[in-house]
Amino acid sequence: MIPHRAGAAGAFALLLFATTACGGGSGDSGGSGGDGELNVMMYQDSLAVVQKNAAERFNENHEDVEAVVNEVPGDGYEDKLRTVMGSGQSPDMFFNWGGGSIEAYVDQEMLLPLGATLQENPEMEEAFIPSILEAGKVNDTQYGIPLRGTQPVMLFFNEQVFEDAGAEPPETWQDLLDLVDTFKDEGVTPFALGGATPWTEQMWMQYLVDRQGGYEVFQRIQNGDSEGWRDPAVLEAAETVQDLVDRGAFGDNYASVSYEEGGASALLSEGKAAMHLMGSWEYSTQLADAEEFAKEDLGYAAFPAMPDGDGAPQAVVGNPTNFFSVTDDGDSEAEVDFLKQTYTDEYVQDMVENGEVPTTDNSEEMIEEHSPNPDFATFQYRMVRDAPTFQLSWDQALDRSVAEPMVTEIERLFNKQVTPEEFVDNVAALQ
Amino acid sequence: MSVVSPNRDGRPASTRSRARAAAGGARPGAPKAGRPSAWWGLPALLFFSLFAVLPMVLVVYLSLTSWGGLGSPEFIGFENWARLAGDPVMHQAIMLTLLLTFGSWATQTPVAMLLGVWAAGRQRNRAVLSAIFFVPLLLSSAAIAIIWRALLDPNFGPLAQIGPMIGIPGLDVLSSESGAFLVILFVSGWQFIPLHTLLYQGGARQIPESLYQAAEIDGAGRYRSFWHITLPQLRNTVTTSSVLMLVGSLTYFDTVLIITGGGPGHATTIVPFLMYEAGFENYQYGYASAVACVLVAVATLASLLMVRFTGFGSMRSTREGM
Repeated sequence: MIPHRAGAAGAFALLLFATTACGGGSGDSGGSGGDGELNVMMYQDSLAVVQKNAAERFNENHEDVEAVVNEVPGDGYEDKLRTVMGSGQSPDMFFNWGGGSIEAYVDQEMLLPLGATLQENPEMEEAFIPSILEAGKVNDTQYGIPLRGTQPVMLFFNEQVFEDAGAEPPETWQDLLDLVDTFKDEGVTPFALGGATPWTEQMWMQYLVDRQGGYEVFQRIQNGDSEGWRDPAVLEAAETVQDLVDRGAFGDNYASVSYEEGGASALLSEGKAAMHLMGSWEYSTQLADAEEFAKEDLGYAAFPAMPDGDGAPQAVVGNPTNFFSVTDDGDSEAEVDFLKQTYTDEYVQDMVENGEVPTTDNSEEMIEEHSPNPDFATFQYRMVRDAPTFQLSWDQALDRSVAEPMVTEIERLFNKQVTPEEFVDNVAALQ
Repeated sequence: MSVVSPNRDGRPASTRSRARAAAGGARPGAPKAGRPSAWWGLPALLFFSLFAVLPMVLVVYLSLTSWGGLGSPEFIGFENWARLAGDPVMHQAIMLTLLLTFGSWATQTPVAMLLGVWAAGRQRNRAVLSAIFFVPLLLSSAAIAIIWRALLDPNFGPLAQIGPMIGIPGLDVLSSESGAFLVILFVSGWQFIPLHTLLYQGGARQIPESLYQAAEIDGAGRYRSFWHITLPQLRNTVTTSSVLMLVGSLTYFDTVLIITGGGPGHATTIVPFLMYEAGFENYQYGYASAVACVLVAVATLASLLMVRFTGFGSMRSTREGM
């Protein structure tokens, strides 16, 4: 009964007016020089306090510029960003995921390349783990500086369920397959999976392709060659997915389990599922929803190695970190000053105290001293530090016009609505 | 109906002006005093042009462009339309939309009519029960969708708890393609039947009691009374309610977004959802505009056809001959 047609049409029209009004939307307003305000657009959650504290410290040292952190609610952050960037009301700098999440802005030449900034400030380049900084590049040009902790995908498990079954966490692929049978016999779902939010299914594909074919396979796709999907590793990974489904690795109702509503995490904490492949934020999710379980029985391990796989067994996938990008308005002195905040001791300590695992090279001592959960944080830090490559989540690495339909294809692969061969054809056809 | 009144020049008034006369409009020879000027319509016309007509024109233009929300739209001619014609997801979406529209109409109409006719009566406890039936009408679509999503949760929802007790483990309707579609059909019915019940209740209350009394004297039972008096008398209500249902289900969106997100796969991706997905998730505003154009065309066509073939446009009274 709601007039969606009129609403959507109105939104299109407003966007159109806005873009034509600013003559091509080169994002030339809201500059930091004129009005003395440095507008920082930030993803709103409990961790944004770190950036707000940084803004306060920045303001104490700068009399002529005032940094203002605008927090935008997480749900719809990307849509809001696209709207403000398209309407010429762009912020001076903004939070993003790197890769495909900023590619459209790079194409429109709205962002400031930061290569020169890194050269002028060598301490900035040296402050971060190289593979993490690398993830802030688009087309081999630096456009993002890390601003948050790292978020690798890892294998979480319920220690109590493992103990009851007399099982050990998997180290090899065969271990993992054996565990599927073990837990099926126990009447426990081997892996929790939130198939109603298919980006969680994507994590399996990411690890399988990375372990089978190596980092280069998806890099080729990420760099715009959609024929990269026809690499044998992708087909093999797709076949492995359906093999896991047939073995009952995810139970039989994963297609309607939602991660965002906490369904998948609850399966793990209540012992209905033994394992859960998820980003490192699963730890804080469990801490919030099932505190006792998180402190007593939540185990974690790396994704096992594949037999005969070409990929490095220590490679990780997930979100290397989040980045600050600067919009190009001719005067970037204040923005660069603000970027220097992101590796100060105060900033890093703030992150650690909020449970994050920073991506700077002084993190390990910080974690030991200040982390609320040093064991988990150290495990995570070493996992990322020792990883030869860190593949950014596929849906963030690709432009949205390709990423969203790709995630749907992965969902259809898991639901067996397509064969592995059809999956490869379908994703290769996305442009 | 009054006798045909001659015009000043003595010719009988045309059918068209008779219809206008019946609607209280320009009656020939009526004094001009008290007749509102056409200028009164201007503000409404302005707003309608600005917020409905203009955006629609712009959407038609956008459908001929490639645009990601940044910079200026790039004119690409009929590329989006060609893609639309060859897109299997669009074909499926159109089928699903038609299926949902027809399914909603076919299931909601009988239930709403029976409930409405019943609610128009004078039975005991009728008022209380009617009030309960109308509850879904008071909730917002989003709340309804979230409630049903929680109820149907395969691991923690009440259905999952009750299922094994009565011997049906794994009562997981949202996983299967047809199951998810039926859920959308059911939830939309649950949500909108009360509205249409209200329409039928009003319609049924307008039927003169004397008709039923006469039928009773002639020996007609309840079934025959319903079939031969209530149903024909509700003719206009059926049309009103059906137009609302058809156009409503064509633009159905919120429940799909919240309960299934268009999935599993594309199993519940109906045309309005496809439009949302293309525009606001994939940032392909040109393509989304083409989808929107199709939707506007289909909805307009459906309304026109309904009005044309049900005789709704001529506004024939159900009281003719009484």
